[in-house]
Amino acid sequence: MTWYDSFLQQLVDGLVLGSFYALVALGYTMVFGVIKLLNFAHGDLYMTGAFAGFGGLSLISGFVGAGWLGIFIAMLLAMLAVGCLGVVIERVAYHPMFGAPRLSILITALAVSLVLQNAALALTGGQYTAFQTDLGFGGFNLGNLFLSYNQIVLVATAAVLLIALELFVSKTLYGRAMRAVSIDKDMCRMMGINVSAVIAVTFFIGSGLAAAAGTMAGAYYGSIWYFMGFLIGLKAFTAAVIGGIGSITGAMLGGLILGLLESFGTHIPFIGSEWKDVFTFSILILVLVFKPTGLLGKSEVERM
Amino acid sequence: MSEPKPTPVTAPDGQEPRPRNLFQRLYAAFESPGRRRALHVVILAILIVTPWISSQYTTVILTNALLYVVLCLGLNIVVGYAGLLDLGYAAFFAVGAYTVSILTQQFGVNFWAAIPFALLAAALAGVIIGGPTLRLRSDYLAIVTLGFGEIVRFTARNLEITGGASGLSHIPEPSLFGWHIDSSIDFYYVFVVLAVVAYVASQRLFDSRLGRAWLYVRHDEDAAEAMGINRVATKLAAYVTGAIFGAIGGIFFSVNLGAISPESFSFQQSVLILLAVVLGGMGKIPGVILGAFIVVLGPELLRDFGTLRLLIFAVLLLLIMLFRPSGIWPEKRS
Repeated sequence: MTWYDSFLQQLVDGLVLGSFYALVALGYTMVFGVIKLLNFAHGDLYMTGAFAGFGGLSLISGFVGAGWLGIFIAMLLAMLAVGCLGVVIERVAYHPMFGAPRLSILITALAVSLVLQNAALALTGGQYTAFQTDLGFGGFNLGNLFLSYNQIVLVATAAVLLIALELFVSKTLYGRAMRAVSIDKDMCRMMGINVSAVIAVTFFIGSGLAAAAGTMAGAYYGSIWYFMGFLIGLKAFTAAVIGGIGSITGAMLGGLILGLLESFGTHIPFIGSEWKDVFTFSILILVLVFKPTGLLGKSEVERM
Repeated sequence: MSEPKPTPVTAPDGQEPRPRNLFQRLYAAFESPGRRRALHVVILAILIVTPWISSQYTTVILTNALLYVVLCLGLNIVVGYAGLLDLGYAAFFAVGAYTVSILTQQFGVNFWAAIPFALLAAALAGVIIGGPTLRLRSDYLAIVTLGFGEIVRFTARNLEITGGASGLSHIPEPSLFGWHIDSSIDFYYVFVVLAVVAYVASQRLFDSRLGRAWLYVRHDEDAAEAMGINRVATKLAAYVTGAIFGAIGGIFFSVNLGAISPESFSFQQSVLILLAVVLGGMGKIPGVILGAFIVVLGPELLRDFGTLRLLIFAVLLLLIMLFRPSGIWPEKRS
């Protein structure tokens, strides 16, 4: 295998990883854009999404099988369920805290994250759950490069979701309202925008995308457990920061960049794969210190 | 749901405000200096007598609670006094524990001689993470400290000198003037001393010039700077002080257990310490101590519920945040 083939292989791996990061990062960035909250529970919504997808698949696999169609339907079910869960969380936990000190809201978000994690822990007993599918490991060779069908479908699904979101935000009425709310909430209220509804829609979409990523990750890697959301939550946040928090295109870009950086970064001589996470968090710290607005973020006056 | 109404410092007619609800009346009872002194004596007496009248299990749990008192008082300086959200506090705890363990176990350094190095290492870690990041405000700082905590944990897991994922074991027990500290009761008393020292130090810092500078920076950074307070230096002082408290906890934690692994210093550990501080009441010393005891004893008391106990604990925490956002025993000064 020449360096060129190895390069392409890393590129494919990075794209797969980056798709997950991008989908999860979007939820962070959308919620941050609208209510300026760092939703710590977001990674756990990804985890919940994986379990919801697993539950959905075991419900319907008797009718449609556990192939592409089954997983697709399960993914839609998971997106719907976790989207609603996200809205409930916002209503129950974050909404009453509106106007409270930032520290209190952040800690509430941490508490929500603990509730989700420990609920999953209590339900599964902390064991890995096998996410069984009929997908197999088929694929084809392009020169020395092996592309599995799973990888292609996964990246394509992520791309469709991302494009749909971009269209929703830029073209529809609710998308426009969402952008307006992220700029000035009080002014929106005066202009007759139903801010609460916009926030609810934002949480629904953000959580739904995390659930989509969770279901796909479960089907792709083959096992799920209650703690799977923690690390990807942190990394997706890193991706959102790299792209510029609050910027939707930035989150997609950041996710792909982070996926590629991780995939290539682990092949730099002297940096083994065990240093992968150190590498990621160092990037996070460096970006925050030297360019806190990220690649596409708008610089704004910092609120206290 | 809104924040509880702040108690007015003075009533409109100039008289002392009368405490309203049960909590406030209870806390007010402990505020007068005479009662406070009596309370100190009573608590100290209880702490000294307890291991002689209770089981070894209780002693071990209480030792753990006292460790958390030290850690929580340390984090309280960062979060409660200076208002900086630190989600990677376990990193300082880890730096203290690993430095002492490596020095005593692999280089044969005397335990007491190793302590200054551990404190120095922790202070250095505080400066390294604080220096470039303290200019950041609010949420970003939280995430950077989180990332830092994870970096420390992964580094401990990947390096050979730290024993990799399985960590270090057979850490020698210390002795002091011929007293070999090895039984659980010995360690209990060591932690009683540490907790008392941490308590006194916290109180002194709170009343000091630096303590008032922290208060000012927490409330209004720009105004503080306009009044001649060096914002970055003040925050850095909070970080370094907090780091040293954490390292002290880590040092004695490692010799108490005799073994440490990277998982003792996970993000969950940081969160647990933070929760104790927030639960008790940020910035309020007795509140923070109460929080430390709740966080350690709560899961023990809920032990009968098996895996549900952590869930129950998490839900309780959420409820407390929603209904008493400034903690069980809030700080009046804020």
